[in-house]
Amino acid sequence: MDLSIGWAHAGPTILASFLASLVECVEALTVILAVGSVRGWRGALSGSAAAIAVLLAIVAGLGRALTHIPLHIVQLAVGTLLLLFGLRWLRKAILRSAGLIPLHDEQTAFSKNTEAMQRLGGARGWNKVAFAACFQITMLEGTEVVFIVIAVGAGGTGLLLPAGLGAFAALTLVIVLGFAVHRPLATVPENTLKFIVGVLLSAFGTFWVGEGIGLRWPGTDWAIAGLLAAFLAIALVTVPLCSRQAGVAGATVHQ
Amino acid sequence: MKREDFMQWFRVIFREIVGLFVDDGSLAIAIIVWLGIVWLLLPRLGVFSRWNGLILFAGLGCILVENTLRCARRSGYTESGK
Repeated sequence: MDLSIGWAHAGPTILASFLASLVECVEALTVILAVGSVRGWRGALSGSAAAIAVLLAIVAGLGRALTHIPLHIVQLAVGTLLLLFGLRWLRKAILRSAGLIPLHDEQTAFSKNTEAMQRLGGARGWNKVAFAACFQITMLEGTEVVFIVIAVGAGGTGLLLPAGLGAFAALTLVIVLGFAVHRPLATVPENTLKFIVGVLLSAFGTFWVGEGIGLRWPGTDWAIAGLLAAFLAIALVTVPLCSRQAGVAGATVHQ
Repeated sequence: MKREDFMQWFRVIFREIVGLFVDDGSLAIAIIVWLGIVWLLLPRLGVFSRWNGLILFAGLGCILVENTLRCARRSGYTESGK
C-alpha cells in the first residue's frame, strides 16, 4: 500500500469497500449455498470460480475502461437470465410439491447422468445447472464489487489498492462463512431446498431487472428481502391450488 | 471434425444452453413480453411510475401462477385419461 496515503484515508476506504462488497458477496453466497446443496458442490464452486476468473481477466484487461460499460445493461441482461432460470425452477418446485411431477424420476435421471459422467471420468458430481446458476450470480455480484472498488477507489490518488483490499477481505470472510454453514444446510430436505433456490433466483432476477431498467426499489437492497417473502408466499399458495386444479380437471374428464 | 459433425455438436450445445433457461416455452415468452412491457411501455404511459417495481413483480407472480395452474390442469386431464 502506498504509505504516503496514510491510514486516515486508506482506513475509511478499506472499511467502505469492505462493507459494500460484503453485502454483494453475502447475496452471492446465499444463492451458491442453496444451489450447491441441491445440485452438487463441484458444479456450484466451479461456476463461481469460473466467474471470478473471468472477472479478474476482464479487470486486468480493461482496468479503468470498465467504468464506461453501463452497469444497467449488465443488470438487465443477467437479471433476465436469472428470472428465466429462477421462475422455471420455481414452477417445477411448485408442481413437484403439489405431487404433479414425481421427485423419484428426477432423482433417477440425475443419478443416471451422474453415473454416465463418472464413466466419462474425472467429472464426479458435476452439474451444468449448478455451474450456470453460480456463474451468473457470481458474475453479477462480482461486477457490482468491481464497480464498488472503482467507485470507492476513485475518491483520491492511490485509493484503488485499499478499496481492492477491502473487497478482498469481504470475499475471504464470506468464503470462510460459506465453509462454516454448508454442512448444516445439507440436513434440509432436498425438495425444500429446491423450492428455496427457485424463490431466491426469482427474487434476485426481479430485483436486478428492476435495477437494469431504472426502477427505484423501496429500501434499495432491502427490497430483495421483500421480493423473497412475496415469491415464497405466492409459491406456497400455488401448491394447494395446483393440487385442487389437477383434481378438478381429472373429475371433469371422468364425468 | 466433419462439417455435419460440427453442426450436430453445435446444435446439441445450443439446445443444452437454451434448455437451461427454457423449459416451458410459453412461460419464457410470457416473462420476456412482460419485461418488455414494463421496460418500454410503462415509462411512456407515465402512470404508476412510483409503483413500477411492484407492477413488475405482480406481473411475474401472475405469470407463474397462471402457468403452474395450466400445467396442473393439463396434468389432471392426462392422469385421468390413462
